[in-house]
Amino acid sequence: MKNLKMNNEDHQPREDSLSHTNLKRRSFLKFTGATLATSALLATACNKNKDGFPDMEDGVYMGKGDVAILNYAYILEQLEAAFYTKIAESPYGEISDLENSLLVDIRDHEIAHREFFKLALGDNAIPDIEVDFSSINFSNRDNVLAAAKAFEDLGVSAYNGAGQLIQQPEYLLLAGKIASVEARHAALIRDLVRNGTFADDEVVDANGLEISKSPSDVLTAAAPFIKTKINARDLPTY
Amino acid sequence: MNVFKVIKDIENADLEIYERLNPRRMVIRTISSFGSKIALSSLPFVVSGLLRKAYGQELPQKIVDVLNFALTLEYLEAEFYTKALAANGLITNTTAKDAITVIRDHENQHVDFLKSALGAKAVAKPKFDFTASGTFSDVFSNYDTFLAIANALEDTGVRAYKGQAGELMENDNILRYALNIHSVEARHAAHIRQMRRARGGVAANLKPWITGSNDTGISAVDPIYANEDNKIQADIDITTLNGINGKISTGAATESFDEPLSKDAVLEIAQLFIVS
Repeated sequence: MKNLKMNNEDHQPREDSLSHTNLKRRSFLKFTGATLATSALLATACNKNKDGFPDMEDGVYMGKGDVAILNYAYILEQLEAAFYTKIAESPYGEISDLENSLLVDIRDHEIAHREFFKLALGDNAIPDIEVDFSSINFSNRDNVLAAAKAFEDLGVSAYNGAGQLIQQPEYLLLAGKIASVEARHAALIRDLVRNGTFADDEVVDANGLEISKSPSDVLTAAAPFIKTKINARDLPTY
Repeated sequence: MNVFKVIKDIENADLEIYERLNPRRMVIRTISSFGSKIALSSLPFVVSGLLRKAYGQELPQKIVDVLNFALTLEYLEAEFYTKALAANGLITNTTAKDAITVIRDHENQHVDFLKSALGAKAVAKPKFDFTASGTFSDVFSNYDTFLAIANALEDTGVRAYKGQAGELMENDNILRYALNIHSVEARHAAHIRQMRRARGGVAANLKPWITGSNDTGISAVDPIYANEDNKIQADIDITTLNGINGKISTGAATESFDEPLSKDAVLEIAQLFIVS
């Protein structure tokens, strides 16, 4: 992982970038699966500029190139790990032993991913992010599983969509190793919500391809759950 | 809908393809008349040979190779589920039938997608023997055998696509399409594993994710899970990382990262089910 340190020499802000432009251009909440988001939450997630879109110029700088992509994955894994940690701390009342053990498994996978990225990124790792799960009722199974489904589907679409932006084959392979595990999570969670929906047409198109998302779309969808301001200025996107 | 985009990508890599549209039909005929006699591992070579003859130059070989490799696997999966659903009395439960139908439809869509992407360069469908020369003789009469093979095939698919991603890096769209198939295979694998768990027996403790190496309870499929128990990622031993109660367990370390399989290893596995 030496390359990570070498690739991140430029920490200086720049006035404009593709990612920022794209974030502005896109509608802020495209992720229809995230039913929990409210505009009130958005206000706490990011400062808004005069267009009403999040201002990503300030905040925690993700780096650029592959470092930014790995930090992007690190953000998503922090979010997921925090979410499942909270579930395991206070499981909803009617949780079965099997369901609990599967969710604890997922928690451990997400923690493994998070800690892996943190160590691999070293000095280039962004600080711990602060999450906001105030829109999720952790004592309600439907609510928790709906959020889990949104996070897992988003995670898969994020890894799938980011693959083409990765420069180093080694990192592409790592992303692939994690992506399929996230897809396994997503399938399980969906089956817990409703058996048989593991790969339905919400996530798989008519060609049998999973719907992928660009980093700017994913960060926009995740923004309601992240308090920390993220500067995605140099994050590759499309 | 995206098929045209893929074709466009291949056109971009092979700008003269339009001039070659006429010889294309001839190539298809030649390949299919050859198809049944060609050993799978030599297919990419034979195809490129025929194409070189027809087109007078090499096509983007990496793309053709990977997509044909994927197509062969998708042929295998599509026919497997098609036969299973057609087999009398094999899948009797409606919920199970619905799930297998979803999976079969995806595999057929993958076949169509890859064939469209490859056009004249698509390999012909091999002839399959899902009993693997008698090893799984009741594959279409015993529901548990069927599910076990489905489990193995889906996990193979996940490993196969993962192993080829690096070969597709030059082409953003094709890489993305491959990744988008890869995760669908993983979703299938997770569901099949849950279906098996519900049956109990050797699969009573099976999880949607792979624990250790071969966790399926079927030793005949050991090669499919070779090195799946790797716990070192980018020189980091995952079991040295902090979990909730102490370090990340070995089980969780192996579950949290799926491993790739080389093309040769996948072809060797696929060969078990290919007659010719």
